[in-house]
Amino acid sequence: MFGGSLNSERQMTTVSSVAEPAPVMKATKPSFWQGDQFFRLVVLGCATLVLLVLGGLVIAMGVGGLQAFRVFGLDFVISNVWNPVTNQYGALAPLFGTIGSTLIAVAIALPLAFGSAFWLTAIAPAALAEAVGTAIQLLAAVPSIIFGMWGFFVVVPFMAQHLEPILHHSFAHTPGIRWLVHGAPFGTGLLTGGIVLAVMITPFITAVMRDVFLVVPPMLKESAYGLGATRWEVIRRVVVPWSRAGMIGSVVLGLGRALGETMAVTFVIGNANTIGWSLFEPRNTVASLVALEFPESPAGSLKLSALLALGFLLVLISFGTLSVARWFLREKS
Amino acid sequence: MSVIANTSGTIAAAPAPFPAAVALEVRNLDFYYGTHKALNDISLDYLSRRVTAMIGPSGCGKSTLLRIFNRMYDLYPGQRAEGSVLFDGVDILDRALDLNMLRSRIGMVFQKPTPFPMSVYDNIAFGVRLHERLSRAEMDARVEDVLTRVALWKEVRDRLRAPATGLSGGQQQRLCIARTIATKPEVVLLDEPTSALDPISTARIEELLDELKRDFTIVIVTHNMQQAARCADRVAFFYLGNLIEVDTADQIFTNPREKQTQDYITGRFG
Amino acid sequence: MGATSAPGWRKNPLATRRRASDLLATGFGYLASALLVIALCSILWTLLSQGVAGLSLAAIIRPMGPPGSHGGLANAIVGSIIQTIMSLVIGAPVGLACGIYLAEYGGTSRFAGTVRFVSDVLLSAPSILVGLFVYLVLVAPFGHFSGLAGAVSLAILAVPIIVRTTEDMLRLVPTAMREAGAALGAEKWKVILMICMRSAGPGVLTGILLALARVSGETAPLLFTSLGNQNWSFSLDKPMASLPIAIYQYAGASYEDWVALAWTGALFITFGVLAINIVVRFGFGRQKS
Repeated sequence: MFGGSLNSERQMTTVSSVAEPAPVMKATKPSFWQGDQFFRLVVLGCATLVLLVLGGLVIAMGVGGLQAFRVFGLDFVISNVWNPVTNQYGALAPLFGTIGSTLIAVAIALPLAFGSAFWLTAIAPAALAEAVGTAIQLLAAVPSIIFGMWGFFVVVPFMAQHLEPILHHSFAHTPGIRWLVHGAPFGTGLLTGGIVLAVMITPFITAVMRDVFLVVPPMLKESAYGLGATRWEVIRRVVVPWSRAGMIGSVVLGLGRALGETMAVTFVIGNANTIGWSLFEPRNTVASLVALEFPESPAGSLKLSALLALGFLLVLISFGTLSVARWFLREKS
Repeated sequence: MSVIANTSGTIAAAPAPFPAAVALEVRNLDFYYGTHKALNDISLDYLSRRVTAMIGPSGCGKSTLLRIFNRMYDLYPGQRAEGSVLFDGVDILDRALDLNMLRSRIGMVFQKPTPFPMSVYDNIAFGVRLHERLSRAEMDARVEDVLTRVALWKEVRDRLRAPATGLSGGQQQRLCIARTIATKPEVVLLDEPTSALDPISTARIEELLDELKRDFTIVIVTHNMQQAARCADRVAFFYLGNLIEVDTADQIFTNPREKQTQDYITGRFG
Repeated sequence: MGATSAPGWRKNPLATRRRASDLLATGFGYLASALLVIALCSILWTLLSQGVAGLSLAAIIRPMGPPGSHGGLANAIVGSIIQTIMSLVIGAPVGLACGIYLAEYGGTSRFAGTVRFVSDVLLSAPSILVGLFVYLVLVAPFGHFSGLAGAVSLAILAVPIIVRTTEDMLRLVPTAMREAGAALGAEKWKVILMICMRSAGPGVLTGILLALARVSGETAPLLFTSLGNQNWSFSLDKPMASLPIAIYQYAGASYEDWVALAWTGALFITFGVLAINIVVRFGFGRQKS
């Protein structure tokens, strides 16, 4: 130990690697306030704080939503009425929109992310893979409100003028799926929400999936190539089975992000508390309903409690999903 | 012999032709990692149905040369070979060559066992299915045949459906050899196949080589000179990207022509 | 020799089909990657073409104002800077300390495993929930929105990013370096702060910058915490303007000048965030991989 006084410690900070004059051994233990104990306690406290934030978040949401759960009971989850005038609130419509838009997003994002990760790790020349990989990571860093604006000003008109009329025209009389393309092509709606979410989560999934593919031992891949397998066969038969858990984790992670996304969806989903088969009609999600209704919910009102109860449901859904993702992505030791 | 034409379940033990024909004919071969020249004007013949060992200190180019024969270097941009390597009448360095077919005819076993993440049975069936369409019975016969040949059948017959990663290291490496010969290659390349194995597993693989050379041309890279002396018919010594000397194993280990070879085998460097 | 049609080289009937499926998969890989690049280009192009129109000196130096009053975004920009910096002032020490705990003390203990797991879950937690939580804890009890509450909600989002990079970077520090420090007789906390953290420094800074980039674009948590403000506000105790909230407010409006300002604000934020990411990646992010 470099002496006990604060003064000599301060000297120590200025001399890091240069040899000090022979330190004096001290038989006594350092006092609490300057020793390892204190430092240990500080970092332990901060680690605990992280736990407390999550715990506090869950509890605060649950307590805040208690009033709504008490008034409506199970009806809160299975009713799709959202009427501030009669003070009737049910979560079914936003839950439907949340899960529906997320499923659409994942259905689009999964093949895109897999294709891109395949291209990045097995096909692209190194320089191009580097450039496109960077571009995809930049896309992942774009704030979600930008996706919302871009969706509102670019995707919505495109949907209204091109994609929705085409889909409507093609499938309006196809049994089984004609209900999906029912409704006026306004551009905003569940499908648009899903598409914008897909653009937002695909870079995340791609980045994680690429990392998962890259840790497959090169010798394993070479063995498959050595037997005469094509790139596609190596991916499908060797890389995918080897990295299955990580792939599932990456997709569930993207799913978790889509479930709780607010800004990218609020702009494009239309914000109507309805349920139905049509992919074109406006819907709502938990997060966008909370964002929109919060300003008109005074403290202590039943409506605010209903919003917090929605938040509590979102906590359960998204943290459950994210926990599953982390479990799949945990490090193999 | 044609790999494709013979679709029966087992590999017929062909009689060893005598005198030995040339399986691989390397002429004036240079190899580059980017701008670094790793092999320098190599010319060498590999005899059919013989074991040829390539020895030399680390970085001498022996593994590089091995990986040229199945064009493994093609996976990595910036690596290129110049010169020619003739195999069955074709220069395998030809850009237009069907790599998948080349690799089905020239198989490779790696430094560490590389079982695929699937069952023991599927590990072997994987390569076969790439190139042949076999009935269930034929495939079963093929799997049993190759596992028997690598002396693994008795050990794994009851766990063919179990994941191959559950086998011991030595078993895994024998499985990888079985997987390689199941596609009926003409040449089998082994890149330090025992470097990750214990002495007993190593001895079993060495015994296996003696058995396999009746049907396959074998090229083995090894760090272990005893291994080269025990298994090889011919030995090629490489140093700093150059082929110093190639001769019968007896000649190389008892009476080498070059001083560098002598220094190496007597342990003066490397 | 020389005949290229030796029987061994004859085409395998299976090969054509295998080659076709390989070609198909390769084509799909190209298509998928191209679509992602196109999406990025479309976003950047939209931002540039729409945002540059509203770009003016007034946008940078004038505060927000009613439609038609030639208002700017100055107070929102300053508010965003105040809140993100405050969020790092609050979040960085906590994140660093937690990362140090996980790397140097926690090891494989059950408690450390739980903290690591919770931190990773919070990494992707819906930011709107964080906003609601901070509203319940720091806004509702005091009866008013505040810039501080906004900064705290952003800090909660920043902490998990800093925790992860700090732990990862500390784990890359060779054990020999710790032992060398300990062998000189240095206490553990000195070894950690003066040797390990110095060695992990660039990587840790990367994490803090990435956290900065992440929180500076966050909108949802600020809706319920700092609320936004049309006027200048420098007090952390009062509602405070921020760029994302201004964009949210203006983008959906039916006044042309507001929408134009929203695009300009979006341009600022996006290029700010991307610039940080590019600096991190090409500056000193190399060693991370």
